Amino acid sequence: MKVKLLFFASCRNITGTKELIWDVSENMTVGEIKKEIAAQYPKLASMEKVLSIAVNAEYVDGSIVLSDGDEIAFIPPVSGG
Amino acid sequence: MYKITEDEISIDALYKTVLKDSHGAVVTFAGVVRDHSGEKRTNYLEYEAYTNMAEKKMAEIGDEIQRQWGLDDVAILHRVGRLEIGEISVLIAIASPHRAEALAACQYAINRLKEIVPIWKKEVGEDGDYWVEGPVSASSKM
Repeated sequence: MKVKLLFFASCRNITGTKELIWDVSENMTVGEIKKEIAAQYPKLASMEKVLSIAVNAEYVDGSIVLSDGDEIAFIPPVSGG
Repeated sequence: MYKITEDEISIDALYKTVLKDSHGAVVTFAGVVRDHSGEKRTNYLEYEAYTNMAEKKMAEIGDEIQRQWGLDDVAILHRVGRLEIGEISVLIAIASPHRAEALAACQYAINRLKEIVPIWKKEVGEDGDYWVEGPVSASSKM
């Protein structure tokens, strides 16, 4: 399955890109893809506790299973306003 | 109305969108770019948003306000891109028949926006630039 990863703010600085298309296996969870991306980008691993993940514009926890075509956003602590 | 914009924000325009004849109060909050952050001088700010999710979360704040205070006329406008000192980064306008509800809801709206809406501010100052990020995840505030 293919999913689209989005990186914002400091996450974008770490990965060097706003967006990546990523291959995932069936039944992969949000928690698993977070670990996989953190393994690729170690500086993301150090933010792990404060990093939120949104799937299709909704915050989710690690247990959510991914679907083909999902948009997965890596959301560092927000600072709007 | 809940939007992310790249344009300069007009208080007048947003005020007009919430005002109806049944309202006796309009409360507006403008977040403005300050010239310092702690002890350090700020040159300018840059804001970035996950636009479709930010607009969705701002609309959810409107729903929370409707449920808590019974108010329907709420507007939140947040600007992105480069903002200079003194410019408006966010404008909230809330109208209600009586002032108590609008005042309370407006305070709630800006506090809530700062907890859950996926928008980020980059400080560009005398020491270089950095993304402002707090110690807590946004999803933990849902």
